Amino acid sequence: MSDKNIYEIKQFAWRQRRRILEMALNAGADSSHFGGGLSFVDIAATLFGSVMNYNSEDPQDPSRDRFILSKGHGVLGYYSALAEIGYLTDEELSTFEKDGSFLLGHPVIKREKGIEFSTGSLGMGLALGIGVSIAAKRRQRDFKVYVVMGDGECNEGSVWEAALAAPNMELDNLTCIVDRNKFQQTGSNEEIMALNDVASKFKSFDWDVHELDGHDVEALYQALSSKREAGKPRAIIAHTIKGKGFSFSENDNAWHHKILTNKLYDQGLQELETQRTELESSWN
Amino acid sequence: MELTKKNTNSWSRIGSRATFGTVLYSIAEEHEDLIMLCPDTSTSAGLDRFRKKYPEKYLEVGIAEQNLMGIAAGLASEGFDVFTSTFSPFQTLRCCEQIKVNLGYMKHKVCFVGLASGVVLGKLGYTHCSIEDMAIMRAIPNITVVSPADCGEVAKAVSAALEHNESVYIRLTGGAPSPKIYEEDYDFTIGKAVTLKEGDDITLMATGSMVQVALDAANSLSEQGLSCSVLNIHTIKPIDKEAIERSCANSKLIVSIEEHNVIGGLGSAIAEVKSTLRNAPPQLFFGFQDTYDNSGDYGEVLKRAGLTAEQISEKVTSWWQSEA
Repeated sequence: MSDKNIYEIKQFAWRQRRRILEMALNAGADSSHFGGGLSFVDIAATLFGSVMNYNSEDPQDPSRDRFILSKGHGVLGYYSALAEIGYLTDEELSTFEKDGSFLLGHPVIKREKGIEFSTGSLGMGLALGIGVSIAAKRRQRDFKVYVVMGDGECNEGSVWEAALAAPNMELDNLTCIVDRNKFQQTGSNEEIMALNDVASKFKSFDWDVHELDGHDVEALYQALSSKREAGKPRAIIAHTIKGKGFSFSENDNAWHHKILTNKLYDQGLQELETQRTELESSWN
Repeated sequence: MELTKKNTNSWSRIGSRATFGTVLYSIAEEHEDLIMLCPDTSTSAGLDRFRKKYPEKYLEVGIAEQNLMGIAAGLASEGFDVFTSTFSPFQTLRCCEQIKVNLGYMKHKVCFVGLASGVVLGKLGYTHCSIEDMAIMRAIPNITVVSPADCGEVAKAVSAALEHNESVYIRLTGGAPSPKIYEEDYDFTIGKAVTLKEGDDITLMATGSMVQVALDAANSLSEQGLSCSVLNIHTIKPIDKEAIERSCANSKLIVSIEEHNVIGGLGSAIAEVKSTLRNAPPQLFFGFQDTYDNSGDYGEVLKRAGLTAEQISEKVTSWWQSEA
């Protein structure tokens, strides 16, 4: 892993946040799931910007790695990554949540645009990922499957049905990343349903577990590209900050789903500018 | 799958569940991408032989039906021909939203088979009975609902479902042995009702296990001088509108008979068509009257719900005498 690669992932993430700011403003009074979209941007940047195999000419290339956004409300982080790899245009992004758009507030399957599944009803993505991983094994194909879940999502019982099944099925081509931003719709995990030590939970289910800072792209890259333990699916517990990237939204759960005003948009732009300068000077 | 006297005899002896397993076994070889998923129900679905012979086509998922339907959809999304099967309540209501989102909304195609639907497991209580499944599955877009009348039709439905262009819920009813409607091959097309008997006064429309009951009721009504048609409506969705319209034009009374709640199932599907017609005949609904009765022996539970041929013909006769 070169420093250049790390720098490029960071740039990828920066450009995602720039696009997210635009989309959130465009969504206007409809508002958007700002906080949970931003918390997994660095995860998405590491996956789409470096770890995952995809064919920039053909979003449906059978050999592509599969990405499943189980926390479907995280669309801002998803669409912005698809735009970054050229599957969505900025013009298409500008239709986000607009009448007739295919870019809704939760992803709706459109494989020719890189949207693999329709999600939004929580707790369903890991089971889909298991099905796809089994398909790869049975067809002896090398592609890998990446599922991103929320920590609030882990309240759903179906998550744990899938968490129990994947190691039983020895799916070492499957990676589940928990975006551990510690909030859910109406409060902190602790206030609503404490998840406690989620890493231990996955470990006890016999997953190969990595726990890390979900904004540290080098740590993410290393965990995501580390040698897979034979017969074990991999879980990455990524500690993140809800609303990461903007001072007004970080760790403020009001930004779970909120309108971005023009004033805050301008502030966001300024903050992004500062971040860009810092990023560039760190490289130069 | 062609029906013969021999295979229909043998299937009717073993009942609908074992027939399903037997039929899947016999077609597995020719379908390279077929995969069967069970949540600890391979024996219940008559799949033990299948599981042994085709381990690469079988997947055990444990007792977790939500996970079952997610995995099924994931496999379907990669081009597998996926079947799933467990007892009807768990195959439908337990994983209802997975069916909605994965099969309905996203249109991943899965053939899901509900075992022992209706009240055949009455002695086990209503946790294991299923009188709501047709109503609920019917309300989900992009799901076809098929309810075979006998074991031969189970075989037909399994083959047809495999070739069908969207997900199919196959609802298995009846015990073992179970009555034979068909002794020889016939044209089974999803969405096309089958006329089993022609008559002038009344059309009895039935599905699943109740088709035999309808035939018996028609015989007893004919002894009362009432001439009945009997329609096997094996597909609840899409419902055969033309067949219902024809019956409405030619009958003075429509009778729907189902081993299901009278809300939302066959009777409702018929009434939805009928209500669009001018001068349609009235309809008598036979089924469970929106209650969870005491459970018990299959025959007894049906009797308490008024679902024997004798009870139906009595009620129809008395309606005819007072209203027609």
